[in-house]
Amino acid sequence: MPALDQLARRALDTVYDPELDEPITDLGFVRSIEASGGELTVHLRLPTSFCSPNFAYLMASDAKDVLGELPGAERVVVRLDDHHDSDRINRGLAADAGYRGTFGSEAEKDLDELRLTFRRKAHTAAMERALTALLRADEDLAEEQLHDVALKDLPDGRTTSALLRRREALGLSTAPDEPVLVDDNGEPYPREEVPVRLRFARAIRISIDGNAHFCRGLLRTRYPDSAADQAPRDPSPSSEEARAS
Amino acid sequence: MYTKDGESYFILDAHVALWDARPENQRNIHGKQFIDCFYDYHRNLSPESEVWPYEDYLYQGGERLLKDLFTDGYVDHAIFQPAALPAFYRNGFGQTEEAFALAREHPDKLTYNHCWDPRFGEDGLKQLREDAKRFGLKGAKLYTAEWFGDSRGWKLDDKWSYRYLEAAQELGIKNIHIHKGPTIRPLDRDAFDVADVDKVATDFTELNFVIEHCGLPRLEDFCWIATQEPNVHAGLAVAMPFIHTRPRYFAQIIGELLYWLDENRIQFSSDYAIWTPKWLVEQFVDFQIPEDMTEYAPLTTEVKKKILGLNAAAMYDIEVPAGLQVRFPPARAETEAVAVA
Repeated sequence: MPALDQLARRALDTVYDPELDEPITDLGFVRSIEASGGELTVHLRLPTSFCSPNFAYLMASDAKDVLGELPGAERVVVRLDDHHDSDRINRGLAADAGYRGTFGSEAEKDLDELRLTFRRKAHTAAMERALTALLRADEDLAEEQLHDVALKDLPDGRTTSALLRRREALGLSTAPDEPVLVDDNGEPYPREEVPVRLRFARAIRISIDGNAHFCRGLLRTRYPDSAADQAPRDPSPSSEEARAS
Repeated sequence: MYTKDGESYFILDAHVALWDARPENQRNIHGKQFIDCFYDYHRNLSPESEVWPYEDYLYQGGERLLKDLFTDGYVDHAIFQPAALPAFYRNGFGQTEEAFALAREHPDKLTYNHCWDPRFGEDGLKQLREDAKRFGLKGAKLYTAEWFGDSRGWKLDDKWSYRYLEAAQELGIKNIHIHKGPTIRPLDRDAFDVADVDKVATDFTELNFVIEHCGLPRLEDFCWIATQEPNVHAGLAVAMPFIHTRPRYFAQIIGELLYWLDENRIQFSSDYAIWTPKWLVEQFVDFQIPEDMTEYAPLTTEVKKKILGLNAAAMYDIEVPAGLQVRFPPARAETEAVAVA
């Protein structure tokens, strides 16, 4: 069996930044992993001191959850470095206090709703990447015809598998005959709405890609050594920009 | 004024600051973290030749501001948009007295906008009335993610916020700039969420709402609202510098804004001193949507002129020399009757 620190890195690949829709490992947010006996200590870092405390908490607690499930991990310590709420979040994580237990009266509700919002955005962006790739590959394909495109019409590859993963995360069917362009509940839009819905999906995709570019760049500015830890995001219609970074 | 290839542009920098983030003014660690965060933005997105030493970044003072904006930066007029941040800085982040004195000295070049925080209740409302008179306010900058006691932020549609907006409308403070963008966020409530803008834009149709940072990182939510509310505008603070590091991303932002809004509701700003206007103006005038981005129309000179200055000039009733106007000027902002107390 691989060593505990290697298992830990693989486990952290499954923890996503909810807003950027990328693993915290690829983003370079994992600063260090140390395994000593059965004790695992992981340090996380973020692009600025003022990154959202709720998302910071979400990623740190998700990290602690996946690490706690590893065989051989008897004690797990996750620490968030250099954040304006570091002390509070680290205390909350150590005590397994939960989000409300950590932030007290400042946290009025749990984070499920916020998480759902960003899962939906991630799905919409993945949908746009897949459909725009189709449009670019076939000049004769009109936007309105995208209404009839089903999952089975998409080529195999990372863009399609990323879309399927995001559908699963939302509880949407991944059956081959399912339409691709759907709303948050998996319902197709009327044919005449297809161009404007694709356009809106594009704005969402541009937002997410842009935020990811910005956060990656800021992390490298703040921690120059983080460049070596960052891996490129999934290919997308704007992937030429990712390569240029 | 900036001239290139025989075309002259009236430049209005709609979002600048005169700040003091020196250690002696920092109230706590957050004051340091805040300016460090800005400095990282500056280092990350500026061309190498435009990066300042950290010491210069902490405080500039009036002389340097005048040089950076007007002597070197081609700016014809600039508008102060201060953030107070009293929870982080002893004497505030934006320097009210210094900026106002500078604006009084150069009324043709500078307009002073002030700020308010509705959590100050009745006292703040009284202060707002005094400030409106003293500063001759045409606009205000609101920072909804500001810390205040135990609170990490407020919403434009909070009850007290409505009372302040009613007062603003009555006092003729018609241009409301709202920070919706990077940095601090209140808990639970997503400070980037622009739903509260939607509500107030509907309820205060006499006011203009300029969403700074055009809703980045929630461009789509902003566009969705702006397309329905004609009094919602996009401020390009923080979006502008992507023109250098991420020109294709910048093209997408401008392309989307022009699609969802229109060419009359987008305003240039350098967000000085996060960035200086010189290189931003030069690069924007030279900028074009890449040819392979067929989903967007090319940027015309007329549209560039509107974005760089004419739109904000119309909103603030700032006179534009005849030769610098365009064939189809942005609709003049409606003049409002100022209520007489």
